[in-house]
Amino acid sequence: MALLEVRDLRVVFQRRGEQGFAAVDGVSFDVEPGQTVGLVGESGCGKSVTSLAIMRLLAKRGNKVSGSVSFEGSDLLKLSDREMRDRRGRDLGMVFQDPLSSLNPVIPIGLQITEVLERHRDMPRKKARIEATELLDKVGIPDPSRRLTEYPHQLSGGMRQRALIAIALACRPRLLIADEPTTALDVTIQAQILALLKDLVQDTGTALIMITHDLGVVAGLCDEVNVLYGGKIVERQERHSLFAEPRHPYTHGLLASIPRLDAGRGEKLVPIRGSVSDNIPWEDGCAFAPRCPNAVAACRESAPELVPERGGLLRCYNPVLPVVAAREGTR
Amino acid sequence: MSAPSAPAQAGEVLLTVDDLKVHFPIKRGVVIDRTVGYVYAVDGVDLSILRGETYGLVGESGCGKSTLGRAILRLTEPTNGSVVFDGTDVAKLKGEALRTGRRRMQMIFQDPMSSLDPRQSVESILVEGMKAHGLDKDKESTNKRLRELLSSVGLPESSLRKYPHEFSGGQRQRIGIARALAVEPDLIVADEPVSALDVSVQAQVVNLLEELQDKLGLTYLVIAHDLAVVRHISDRIGVMYLGSLVEEATADDLYETPLHPYTRALLSAIPVPDPVVEDSREQILLAGDLPSPANPPTGCRFHTRCPWKQDTQCDTDRPVLREIGAGHRVACHFAEDIRDGKIARHEVKAELVGASADLNPDLEPPAAANVGL
Repeated sequence: MALLEVRDLRVVFQRRGEQGFAAVDGVSFDVEPGQTVGLVGESGCGKSVTSLAIMRLLAKRGNKVSGSVSFEGSDLLKLSDREMRDRRGRDLGMVFQDPLSSLNPVIPIGLQITEVLERHRDMPRKKARIEATELLDKVGIPDPSRRLTEYPHQLSGGMRQRALIAIALACRPRLLIADEPTTALDVTIQAQILALLKDLVQDTGTALIMITHDLGVVAGLCDEVNVLYGGKIVERQERHSLFAEPRHPYTHGLLASIPRLDAGRGEKLVPIRGSVSDNIPWEDGCAFAPRCPNAVAACRESAPELVPERGGLLRCYNPVLPVVAAREGTR
Repeated sequence: MSAPSAPAQAGEVLLTVDDLKVHFPIKRGVVIDRTVGYVYAVDGVDLSILRGETYGLVGESGCGKSTLGRAILRLTEPTNGSVVFDGTDVAKLKGEALRTGRRRMQMIFQDPMSSLDPRQSVESILVEGMKAHGLDKDKESTNKRLRELLSSVGLPESSLRKYPHEFSGGQRQRIGIARALAVEPDLIVADEPVSALDVSVQAQVVNLLEELQDKLGLTYLVIAHDLAVVRHISDRIGVMYLGSLVEEATADDLYETPLHPYTRALLSAIPVPDPVVEDSREQILLAGDLPSPANPPTGCRFHTRCPWKQDTQCDTDRPVLREIGAGHRVACHFAEDIRDGKIARHEVKAELVGASADLNPDLEPPAAANVGL
């Protein structure tokens, strides 16, 4: 049994008297201990909503979550609020995109870490303070004992993200969800944070769900990658084969449309036509069909199923041919 | 600036920036407005841009790249230095001459939503600039010009009556580009033109910018933090760190033989979407954060984080941009030794950089201190 098993997760946002919108539409995946799983996609593909649904952080009203999220055998979606509060922070940690708005601006950093330790590990305050210093030191914050008394605005963006990671790691969670943890940061700081996450996963055996739009981040960090489009997984592969041979036209298109530092400069980028909002509901066919260069008549009649493909999964009637995919993928 | 523009000739210098400085005063006090320090946003930049080329400016947030772009267009007043555009010093222009001069230099902004007036239709957005510069002569030719503009940026003609909120991010950026093109500029400063867009849409805008350059012979100054994008569209690239240029070279040269330690670290920090490359390449992780531009380090601005820092010169003398090889300029005392492998990399201890320590404590009160209400 995997550490986390997400089965047929659906999140439908609905206002009274209006038709619902499925932001996440039947997503299933597993996360093993020590494994890093990537969820990749553009804005609106449902990657953040998936993570919020797993953590049960979506608002109570206006949405309906169905499916199951079993963590070590117990379904998180069925737990009471009190039980869920015990799980969050202790077994499940989360790192958000914008560190400034996820830290409390009027409470010193130290207190925000010791709070977690006192709540979940029943530590006395003094011991929690020592532990907090060690945590800050572990995530690479210089002069940690002084930093404990400082407020979030006194730290730089990279330091804030490190502090947030320290809070998420305070109780040694078995699963860490990182939602675009480096998007708000500069590249040199991003490299530091990614190296830190990589080390933590290796040293502690924590499982990591990495949510990002940046394929470069995925290439270096994730073991298995799920590509999302319109709320559904369209392709799942082990990272090496995904990048070497992207079969789904969307994955293929994404890789062809980003400039690469190590590619020749004269090559023209091949964009995907249209924009993310040009999709059709999955009931009427494949959501990507209006933008897809490979679309055939069948794509607009019914939605393709997610079928096994080279050890991964693929949802497409007319995938990119392996020969073309391999050539484009390695460039 | 009122002189008729010379026929477009590739290879001729269009813009020269000489020792440009932009210092923002830091004010304290409620009644008495004291200047307690300066943010050295841009601190002595020299560069020149040839007609018809694309010059890329990269650096991390807070390095002064946007301020430099704005100072070139005089959207921010430079503190010192000159900006010579086609023979005229823009930094010294005043009033009407400055207004008419701006026709030839336009800007594309990062966030296409906040840089378009939500209550103006696309037609009105595009015509406004043309009117201000007297290009709106008669109705028929204006209409023809509008249609031309829309088709050149790939928007349907029906867009004219629509408002910005009716478009997607990529389309809005196209409107921003059409607005810049409306007054037939020579130079376009694009400040992070694609960073607010979705990955699959970025390529559309990048390709559009390239096509327009081929067709209209435009000169671009592209400011961005994404080195992969900048390298893709630029002919030459300048790398900025804490208010000054640390390296300048052609795009290929910069990628193949980066000489400045900061450029090396920056290049190695960018993730490549290829697991094989990611697993094998060597990363240079920089310790710590960007120091505060209000209290920049002495000597070389980069010495606090530099893995190749030496005991002499680095913390005392500020290196100047000097030429090593054809068209390759670098501001590092030991560039040759690092290139030839004579100096080895060493560990760097992260220094404390916090917003709390951003003021220079021993700053002399400036001579022309602003005392008043």
